[in-house]
Parts: sequence; C-alpha cells; structure tokens
Amino acid sequence: MIEVVNLCKSFGDNKVLDNISTTIKKGEKVVIIGPSGSGKSTFLRCLNCMEDPTSGSIIFNGTDIADQKVDINIHRRKIGMVFQQFNLFNNKTVIENIMLAPVYVGNKMRKETKLSKKEIKAKAREEALALLKRIGLEDKADVYPSTLSGGQKQRVAIVRALAMNPEVILFDEPTSALDPEMVGEVLDVMRDLADSGMTMVIVTHEMGFAREVGTRLFFIDEGKILEDRNPKEFFEDPHSDRAKEFLSKVL
Amino acid sequence: MGSFEKKLEVFWRIFWEQGGYNSVLEGLQNTLIIAVSGLLIGIVIGTLIATVRTMPKYKTLPKVLNSICGFYVNVFRGTPMVVQLLIFYYVLLPLMEVKLTGVQVSLLVFGLNSGAYISEIMRSGIQAVDLGQMEAGRAVGLPFSVSMIKIIIPQAIKNILPTMGNEFITLIKETSVVSFVGATDLYVAFSYIGSNSYEFMVPYIVMALIYIVLVLVISMFIKLMERSLKKSDRSS
Repeated sequence: MIEVVNLCKSFGDNKVLDNISTTIKKGEKVVIIGPSGSGKSTFLRCLNCMEDPTSGSIIFNGTDIADQKVDINIHRRKIGMVFQQFNLFNNKTVIENIMLAPVYVGNKMRKETKLSKKEIKAKAREEALALLKRIGLEDKADVYPSTLSGGQKQRVAIVRALAMNPEVILFDEPTSALDPEMVGEVLDVMRDLADSGMTMVIVTHEMGFAREVGTRLFFIDEGKILEDRNPKEFFEDPHSDRAKEFLSKVL
Repeated sequence: MGSFEKKLEVFWRIFWEQGGYNSVLEGLQNTLIIAVSGLLIGIVIGTLIATVRTMPKYKTLPKVLNSICGFYVNVFRGTPMVVQLLIFYYVLLPLMEVKLTGVQVSLLVFGLNSGAYISEIMRSGIQAVDLGQMEAGRAVGLPFSVSMIKIIIPQAIKNILPTMGNEFITLIKETSVVSFVGATDLYVAFSYIGSNSYEFMVPYIVMALIYIVLVLVISMFIKLMERSLKKSDRSS
C-alpha cells in the first residue's frame, strides 16, 4: 500500500533519515519505536509528505506522492494523521472539526454526485455523529475543543481522521501529551480501530501496546531501520546492541 | 466667564439656527465612510499580504509575490498619509486621467494605507496561531488556501482584535487630513462654523468632544466583539 524507496531527509546539514526502504501492506499495524531524535517521527511525517523528503519516493497506491507535481491533497485524504498535540481546530466545535474536510470534499465533488450543499452537510453531520457515538462523545458534539480533556481531544482527533474514510492512519506519539490516567481511553479507541482491520502506522512509547497490537515493529535509530520484526519476537530477543540498550532503559 | 457664554451663544446660533449642523453631519458622515471603508479595504488587502508573507517560500511565485508585498508595505508605511493623499489626488489620478471626488480618493488612500499596517498586524496574528493547526488542516487534505481561510485566519483575527480596534481609531482620527483634497470632514465643518463667527474656541472644543465620543463608542463595540469571539476559549 505504501512503498518507501530510498527515503532520505535532512534538515540543513543534519541527516535525519538515511536511505530507508520498506513496504507497508494493507492491514498491517506497524509500530515504530526508538530513542528520541532517532528520526521515527520524521519518518512518519514523510509518509504523508508533511515533511518533504530530501530524496527518495513514497509510493502510495501506485503514485509517487513525494513528487512535487502530484496534488498531495487528494492523497492525504486517504492517509489520516493523528498528532501528539491533538491539533483540533480551536475555532470549530467538535462536530465541525470532524465535518470540515468531508464537507469541503463533498462540495468539490458536487458536479459528479449531484448532491445539494444541504444534503452534503446533513450527510457529513450524520456520519460525524455516528463516529462520536462510537467513542461515546456524542454529547460533546457542539462544544469547543478547549472544554475537552486531553483524552477526549485525542479521541476526537482520531475520529476526525476516520471521517475521511482513510486507508491508513498515521499516529505520531498519540499518547505522549496525555495525563497518565487518560492514556487508556485513547489506546482503547486505537485497539478497536486495529481490530476493525485498519492499516496503522504508530510511533509510540507505549511498549505494552506496541507488543499487543503491532503486527510488525520498526526499531529506528540514527535515521535507519535497525530491526524490522514481529513485535513479540523483538521484545523477547532484540538483535542489535542499540535495541538491547534501548529496551533496558525503557522496560 | 461672561465672554465664554457669549461665545457659546454665537456658536449655537450658527450651528443650530443657521444650519451649521448640516455641514457637521456631512463631515461626520464622511469621516465614518472614509474610516469604515478604509478599514474594510485595509482588512482585505492586509489579509492577502499577510497570507503571502507567511506562505512557505521554496517556490518562485511566493518569493516574487513576497517581494512585491514587501515593497508595497514599505512605500505606504514610509510616507505620511497626507503625502499619499496629495500624490494620488494631484499626480497619479490626473496622469491616469481618472476623476474621483475628494471623498472617493480619501477612502481609496485610507484603504491602501491601512492595508499596509493591517498586513503587519495580521502577520503577527497568523504567526501566533499554533503551527499544528495548519498541519492538521493539511493532514486531512485541505489545500493551503482553505486551511488559511477556515482555520488560521479566524483564529488570527481573534488574536489581533484589540490591535485592529486601535487601527480603526487611528483611521478615524486621521480623517482630519482629507480636507487637503477637498473633502468635507469634521474638521472642515467646524472650521467653517468658526470662520463664520471669527470664533474658534467653542467649535474646536465641540469637535474634540465628538471625536472622543466616536472613539469611546467604537471601543465599546470592540469589547463586545471580543467577548463574543472568546466563546471558543471558555468552558461552556
């Protein structure tokens, strides 16, 4: 589904990603771990070109989306993203946050679908409410994000990504900015999502979650994927010295 | 004190009985028209410039636009409003063979001028919005322009509302220079009353009072707007 070919990324003289190639298949739950500064977040952000790769290709469904001539917006709609800092739109209510992109795209496709603006909005609202119900926050539909707890914000951010019916969702340390007692509720939503068959790429520090939900694990250090393995095997028997050292510190 | 009462009497006679209030009303109207439309034009221009100046600049077009906008801002911030009015009225428009009234020229120049100032205000407002907001917009597949219009600019406007109020108040007060191009504003109206009676003390005091009242009313409006825009910050 996503094929990464010779991906390099530098910020100035600082080489963050060093010639990474890999393929992520449909239905996989790839967890990415590694020390801070290893390039794992940058790798994730290159997958939907939030960071433009310095060189190399990101082939998504047959198109190289790292190519500047490609309309990246069309492809990003199929690649959801969830941020560490939630990044809900502060000037929109919860339900508007979820509806914004679907309504925009719906209006753009009006010529083909022949729906009225009202119908598009009503449909988006209905779907947004269904999503909110799924995470038990339908009563929060009309409040602003500033009134939500961190865990609630992140759950809304996840369904905002889901509202576009993406084929894959990227998670950039989704629980790192949360108070400890709220981590569980967000992981529960992600677990449900994994069970529903969604393709997921997750940068995380939650080792237990990585082991339980991941079907594949990347251990990244100094811009390279040092280990690409089954999570359970990795945690029992890390091959590289770096991974052994890392695990001894975090476990 | 007796002489002041006499001055009041003279002023009242010309202002009320001889219809001086008509030109005051006209002046007040022009002052408001020029300031309000100047502000509106300024907001449009300023927002466009600020958007260009905060765009990512690794392509050629944004770079070119950016230098044009930089030039524009420097020209309009680097010359006094009076000079701009005179240049437009006596140089540019005659050269282009366009005929506009004093009021029309004034609101055009006020718009262009405040556009330059508002662009800087708006830029600081945009830069104060968390970068993650734009990223989140782009991540759901909204183009830069749509993310800007739907997400960033509404939040930027909330950030800069107090400063915009200041800009509007400045505009209101600056309208007192439009008499240079023959437009009637409050200053012209009261000077007219004064020169009819050779008595300027009372007319200018009243003029100052009108400006103060105007500004107070505007400040009140801005406060109300701020309060209603704050609703997304508070717990409901």
